[in-house]
Amino acid sequence: MSAPVLWIGIPFLSGALILLFLRERISPLIGGIAAMVLALIAMAIPIDTALLLGSISIKISPSIDFLGRSFALNTADGPLLVIIYGLAALWFFGTEASGTANRFVSLGLMIVALLTASIAVEPFLFAALLLEMAAMLVIPLLVPMYQKPGRGVIRFLIYQTLAMPFILFSGWMLAGVEASPGDINTTIQAGTMLGLGFAFLLGIFPLYNWIPLITEEAPPYVAGFLLWLLPTFTIIFGLGFLDRYTWLRTSPQLSNAIQLAGVFMVASGGIFAALQKHIGRMMGYAAIAETGLLILAMGLRSTEIVNVTFLLLIPRGLELAVWALALSIMKRKAYSLRFSEVKGLARSYPIAASAIIFAHLSMTGFPLLAGFPPRLALWQELAGQSLALSFWSFLGMLGLLMGAIRTMAVFVTVEENKAWELKETWVQMLMLGLGVIGLFILGILPQIIQPFLKGLPTLFLHLGK
Amino acid sequence: MTSEIISWIAVGLIFAASTVMLINLDWRTNLGALAMLYLAAFLLITHHMPFIMASTKLITGWMVVTALGMTRLSLQTVENENGESFWPRGQWFRLILMCIVVIVTIGSTPRIEAMIPGLGLPVIAGGLMLIGAGVLQLGVTSNLLSMILGLLILLAGFEIIYAAVESSILVAGLLSITSLGLSLTGSYLMIAGSFPHDMEEEL
Repeated sequence: MSAPVLWIGIPFLSGALILLFLRERISPLIGGIAAMVLALIAMAIPIDTALLLGSISIKISPSIDFLGRSFALNTADGPLLVIIYGLAALWFFGTEASGTANRFVSLGLMIVALLTASIAVEPFLFAALLLEMAAMLVIPLLVPMYQKPGRGVIRFLIYQTLAMPFILFSGWMLAGVEASPGDINTTIQAGTMLGLGFAFLLGIFPLYNWIPLITEEAPPYVAGFLLWLLPTFTIIFGLGFLDRYTWLRTSPQLSNAIQLAGVFMVASGGIFAALQKHIGRMMGYAAIAETGLLILAMGLRSTEIVNVTFLLLIPRGLELAVWALALSIMKRKAYSLRFSEVKGLARSYPIAASAIIFAHLSMTGFPLLAGFPPRLALWQELAGQSLALSFWSFLGMLGLLMGAIRTMAVFVTVEENKAWELKETWVQMLMLGLGVIGLFILGILPQIIQPFLKGLPTLFLHLGK
Repeated sequence: MTSEIISWIAVGLIFAASTVMLINLDWRTNLGALAMLYLAAFLLITHHMPFIMASTKLITGWMVVTALGMTRLSLQTVENENGESFWPRGQWFRLILMCIVVIVTIGSTPRIEAMIPGLGLPVIAGGLMLIGAGVLQLGVTSNLLSMILGLLILLAGFEIIYAAVESSILVAGLLSITSLGLSLTGSYLMIAGSFPHDMEEEL
């Protein structure tokens, strides 16, 4: 069997089958198990290496040809597949607890498969098309059948669609730049196109206005899933561009532009988060700030660029999963998620309220939580390059911290005589508990993800060398 | 020579269809214009792609029109169909905007031809005009169907130019799927909200 069939074809097909045949409560379990099995296979069986089990020899071939182009997942992609499918399994297992529509698992599996295809397709710039297709599949999840589409969803669709032509054209132009590197005009045009493409795709300032709108309008669990998955693959796609084109990698102007965009997102995301009165929008702005940190990491002029980027990506998946699950639980009680409606909910939903606060604090880079080690690593690298950038990113994190403190204050503001209750179900408590424990484990023992991280730099031939 | 004439006729069709879509508010006329526009795009794409591959674009385009048309037909009333919520919204204003797009297209077509020789003036003019009309459509409307039409026009313009530089079957296929997906997404968004809350689980 070939790796693309295993990690693209099978999950896509499984998603379609779950969508068509499994409607009941079993679909989160089946989808979660499918993703978990795929993660375990990626961990246990290296791609393109013969494995002898008794008399049986197993080998997963790395590539497959499809319509004249190839899809390839190499040995180096193994750890990435473990992370992606492992975190996806976590999201799918949490579906039942979040009360999200059943088709979340089926469409989610299909989306993960499409995004995996985006890292496997060759030439890699065709990934833009697969990212667009994945974005379109997210739409039915973001807009339930009974709800009119809001502005956020429409903007999301428009921005993601606009990104694709820019990236495809820039990829074509970059080939021209490679052929004649002295042509400044073509270089500037290609760079601008590429920048615009990624600005639309990642929602770089000021094009991120759809993110808080979506976290306000859409089911929080789906919004969280989207905010975890799409930027993760877009960042990997972006790193692919940097790896492939020498002039992009070595251009100090581009590096400065990337860092400026990143720091704008961190600072503005953090400051806006501090001013919110809606805990869903707060998650949106925190995700924006986190994406800003990823962009800052991408702009590092250091050999640690890949390590720092992936170090940020792993806790992001867990933080957003815990935060979005807790928000989903609260949304059943307080539909709008405004401060006025969630006031005092710590007494009736103590586990969900704590989970939100811990996930939020982790995103601010609070010590002992999952977000702390990657931020420390980023600041260490960043401080060596620019103190101004470090200051502004610190300011952004401070804004997020203020947001966390305000949320906590709202949760615990309650009449004196109100009794403590546990309104979460045992599944919800279990999922949230495991998630929060995970946040602490990643914060206290960050070296446990080292086995996955150490192989990731080999994904890129030149980057970080 | 004949193919050159046909290409310029296609550019004329594109201008007419995109202007109609911009200034007209009747969805039937707009979808008819979109079908016409895909025919014109097909004529331009055949310059750089084999006939069979180009015809898939035409078929996909007409499928897009059918999907949107059937969905819109099934809807009883649509809010904000005939009136936009912002100013200026007159037909003359839109016509002037379209004229600006045409002027920009006329100005930039020879420059792009000089930068990327071999594309052909009609292909560039048709592609640019569609991209401009698509962006305009997105900018002047808040109606869902019109916005989806704007995205589809923009993509069609991009496909015309991109077909000249990349003739891979995979890309052609994925672009077709994207257009079709966009129309299905648009159809879904149009019908969303018209179902009662308890239908969600059944669906």
